[in-house]
Amino acid sequence: MSAAARLTLTDLACFRGGRMLFTGVSLALGPGEAALVTGPNGAGKSSLIRMVAGLLAPAAGQVACEGARALMAENAALDPERALADALGYWARLDGRGEAVGAALAAVGLTDLAPVPVRLLSTGQRRRAALARVVASGAPVWLLDEPANGLDIASVAVLEALIAAHRQAGGIALVATHLPLALTDVKTLELGS
Amino acid sequence: MSAFTAIAWRELRRAWSSGGLVFPVAFFLLVAILFPFAIGPDGKLLARVGGGVIWAAALLAALLPVERLVAPDQEAGVLDQYAVRGITDAMVAAAKMAGHWLGFAPPLLAATVVAAALLNLSGDQLGQLLVALAIGTPGLAALGVATAALVAGLRGAGALAGLVMLPFAVPLLIFGAGSIDGQASALKLLGAVSLLLVAGCPFVAGAAIRMGRS
Repeated sequence: MSAAARLTLTDLACFRGGRMLFTGVSLALGPGEAALVTGPNGAGKSSLIRMVAGLLAPAAGQVACEGARALMAENAALDPERALADALGYWARLDGRGEAVGAALAAVGLTDLAPVPVRLLSTGQRRRAALARVVASGAPVWLLDEPANGLDIASVAVLEALIAAHRQAGGIALVATHLPLALTDVKTLELGS
Repeated sequence: MSAFTAIAWRELRRAWSSGGLVFPVAFFLLVAILFPFAIGPDGKLLARVGGGVIWAAALLAALLPVERLVAPDQEAGVLDQYAVRGITDAMVAAAKMAGHWLGFAPPLLAATVVAAALLNLSGDQLGQLLVALAIGTPGLAALGVATAALVAGLRGAGALAGLVMLPFAVPLLIFGAGSIDGQASALKLLGAVSLLLVAGCPFVAGAAIRMGRS
């Protein structure tokens, strides 16, 4: 799906709230590669992800991304009053992949909850739903901001397996996390050190 | 379904399901009901001020839903998800305007028929009023979304929205209320103002959404 997927960060710097969070962050990821962004709270992990997603302008440096991006941010961005499958279906249809919702829900183990309104889901279930949107999008570049937050041990294993499968298919994953994630052959980017 | 239609449709669906349409229309009717009580049962006087009253009421009713147009989506990360998909902020704003107008204007026009009866307006005046409202409400909807984007995330957003939006709506009010006496030029100017707002507001709202992100 993503022979051309490529993500290159050159000398990125982030200036937030009157101080420099990080400077000189460079990274190159090709098909099948992944990077873990680590660092203490407030080191700029989320800002880096938002920068790569194109939501935040870098203070210096460049982000070059080939291939569509899928973002899993802090907020689920699913309409709380709608059934889970419908709320996910909205985004999947925007991506032109309305048929991918069922498989994505199955991949994160939420098939049984498809007709349940999003507002009734627990924190962890909502995180898994946000992950399902990333899976359903079919985008080659995954940007995951603290994907393991609120997940139980079994779900963390599912997350790790999904990232591995995504890389197997030639996808790229950039994961900001303060929780340990078992990813093989991964680059690390430590901020605030 | 294109992104524009999908976003507009979502706005319309959310407006209906959250009761966001009932309140403005009920508010509109209440304002229209208050005037006959305040002015007294003087049919001629009511008919003379009626058009202006209905326009002022429509303006105030358009202000009510402003708080839920952009801020909830910004908080929930919906706007970020649009941006990651390469949908421009101005396009999102334009789609929101279309959805907002579709949900807001038809019920308002229906309620105008009732309000016109309360204010002793003649059939001719009602017809002209409906035409003027149909032309002016797209401008009101555009202004509403632009205001919502500007005040999203601020404290006291509701009160601020009124201060931002009402002055810009004055031209709509002047030409809208002026067109009731059958002045064709007022109707043309109303159309011009409305068109200007519809054309310009998506970019204002888009820039405001972009600013709100950093």
